[in-house]
Amino acid sequence: MASQIVSLASVATPNNGVDLDEIMQQKAEHQGCGTSGGSGKASCGTGAGQGDLAPEIWEKVKNHPCYSEEAHHHYARMHVAVAPACNIQCNYCNRKYDCANESRPGVVSEKLTPEQAAKKVLAVASTIPQMTVLGIAGPGDPLANPEKTFKTFELISKTAPDIKLCLSTNGLMLPDHVNTIAGYNVDHVTITINMVDADVGAQIYPWIYYKNKRYKGREAAQILTDRQMQGLEMLTERGILCKVNSVMIPGINDHHLVEVNRAVKSRGAFLHNIMPLISAPEHGTVFGLNGQRGPTAQELKSLQDSCEGEMNMMRHCRQCRADAVGLLGEDRSAEFTTEAVMAMEVDYDIDSRKAYQTLVEQERQATADAKRMELETLAGEQSDVKILIAVATKGSGRINEHFGHATEFQIYEASASGAKFVGHRRVDLYCQGGYGEEEALETTIIRAINDCTAVFVAKIGGCPKASLESAGIDAVDRYAFEYIEQSVIAYYRDYLDKIRSGSVVHGQRGDAQIRQGAYVAA
Amino acid sequence: MAFKIVSSQCTSCSACEPECPNMAISEKNGTFVIDPAKCTECINYFDEPQCVAVCPVDDTCIIDNNYPRYSA
Ligand code: SF4
Ligand code: SF4
Ligand code: SF4
Repeated sequence: MASQIVSLASVATPNNGVDLDEIMQQKAEHQGCGTSGGSGKASCGTGAGQGDLAPEIWEKVKNHPCYSEEAHHHYARMHVAVAPACNIQCNYCNRKYDCANESRPGVVSEKLTPEQAAKKVLAVASTIPQMTVLGIAGPGDPLANPEKTFKTFELISKTAPDIKLCLSTNGLMLPDHVNTIAGYNVDHVTITINMVDADVGAQIYPWIYYKNKRYKGREAAQILTDRQMQGLEMLTERGILCKVNSVMIPGINDHHLVEVNRAVKSRGAFLHNIMPLISAPEHGTVFGLNGQRGPTAQELKSLQDSCEGEMNMMRHCRQCRADAVGLLGEDRSAEFTTEAVMAMEVDYDIDSRKAYQTLVEQERQATADAKRMELETLAGEQSDVKILIAVATKGSGRINEHFGHATEFQIYEASASGAKFVGHRRVDLYCQGGYGEEEALETTIIRAINDCTAVFVAKIGGCPKASLESAGIDAVDRYAFEYIEQSVIAYYRDYLDKIRSGSVVHGQRGDAQIRQGAYVAA
Repeated sequence: MAFKIVSSQCTSCSACEPECPNMAISEKNGTFVIDPAKCTECINYFDEPQCVAVCPVDDTCIIDNNYPRYSA
């Protein structure tokens, strides 16, 4: 299985071996494999096929916004909240409220019956043709509510067979349900694994409920990790794709996650998503109340970087709510309340969905082409300068958001090997029409992107531009509506020229802060 | 005696409902309730009351002192 592990979150860097664009374009030749393949991935040498992402895996992930960094610009997913019960307790979760860490809504959010959920899925899929993925992630654990979860899958697979099904679980009951999961053709399962050592686990999980008994402390954590590993092995043996989510909790499992990364990789997980702990007293969680902090942006990135040599990291996860609807970073769930959905006449038309998706595919191809051409201009560049660039975008891989309307920024790392997506930063809405408040700009956005050299926007006012400039961040609107990666590379080339001519001095930027609070698009 | 659910604390997560060996738990007006006539405190079934063991909110499934202890 290890040979199927492929870098999804990176672009074609010479020592990364494989990237998605390359596979997508079925290019025969590799860029720079074999000589400097220091990452230890068994991915070079054989051309398309075997050593690369197996074609079946690529087929499964290419339109999945959660698994493919590239697809998340173009495709949408939705989650339905049909599973309220849970069987473990996590210290970062208070089940009365939405849980930002496990991307699930709280029990106070709208609960759906399987029948309501199926209708909602059809309504959304008919309205948003890019919707390709349906997930069940909560509000509790889908496998603590197996009847409701599988009933929902059954209903949807009957009426909308083109929608991919996925589910997200804590893994405790996974081994018992692998057969059923395979039976419904669920091809993506996400397991939240925060530890493989019961001593670490005891600090994260106060208890679990298993086989009619409540277990606590080390004993509970041992059962949980054993079941998670067993479930992961059983799924990958059957060829079901497994992603692992881990919540990074500084001082508890931050160093340990490197070990988790190794454990899940060796059991065939194809992607590892390390997410920052989101914790604030008002969430009412154990960690929120005892002052456990989340990681800074740099701490998170350096852990992701240190795991990337080992395995694919997923950097674009927004920890969105489990009832979110739409493209990543956008939430259209307000349009699809139960009441509205039940009143809708739904006409599910697979053909018009396909036609739309063909258009998306062309747009995506154009983005990849533009990036490749721009990358060629960097050929032979030796500089070891690396900069981070924040981008305001609404999707489609373009710089198409006004600075004042951005609720998040995508962060790209520019280096001599190209442009690489490394994460996103959420910010509070700075401007809601008219002038923004200076305070909000200073405190929120600058802190969120303080490690960036520049911010790319479709448009920006003079005042915020000046504030950014005084914080040392270059506000750039000359690439408005252009492709992101192409522009990042172009900016980087200019930046190097400026360093050489002495008109800018390259210096290290500071750290940035990760916003605390669930992602709910305004 | 029987158990009862403190409705102000219940999150309506439904976790307890399927675990009760006596089908004593059901949903009523948005929260869950225990039928004292059916609850056996899980005696003869499990070592610990299942509703207590699975409930995510401490002290939500508690002894109801209005009823005498259950004896099998
Ligand atoms: S939380 Fe959002 S980005 Fe993360 S895996 Fe789920 S849908 Fe994808
Ligand atoms: S104590 Fe046992 S029998 Fe009584 S309600 Fe709870 S689960 Fe049911
Ligand atoms: S498990 Fe507890 S919170 Fe959940 S429904 Fe039962 S009593 Fe309410």
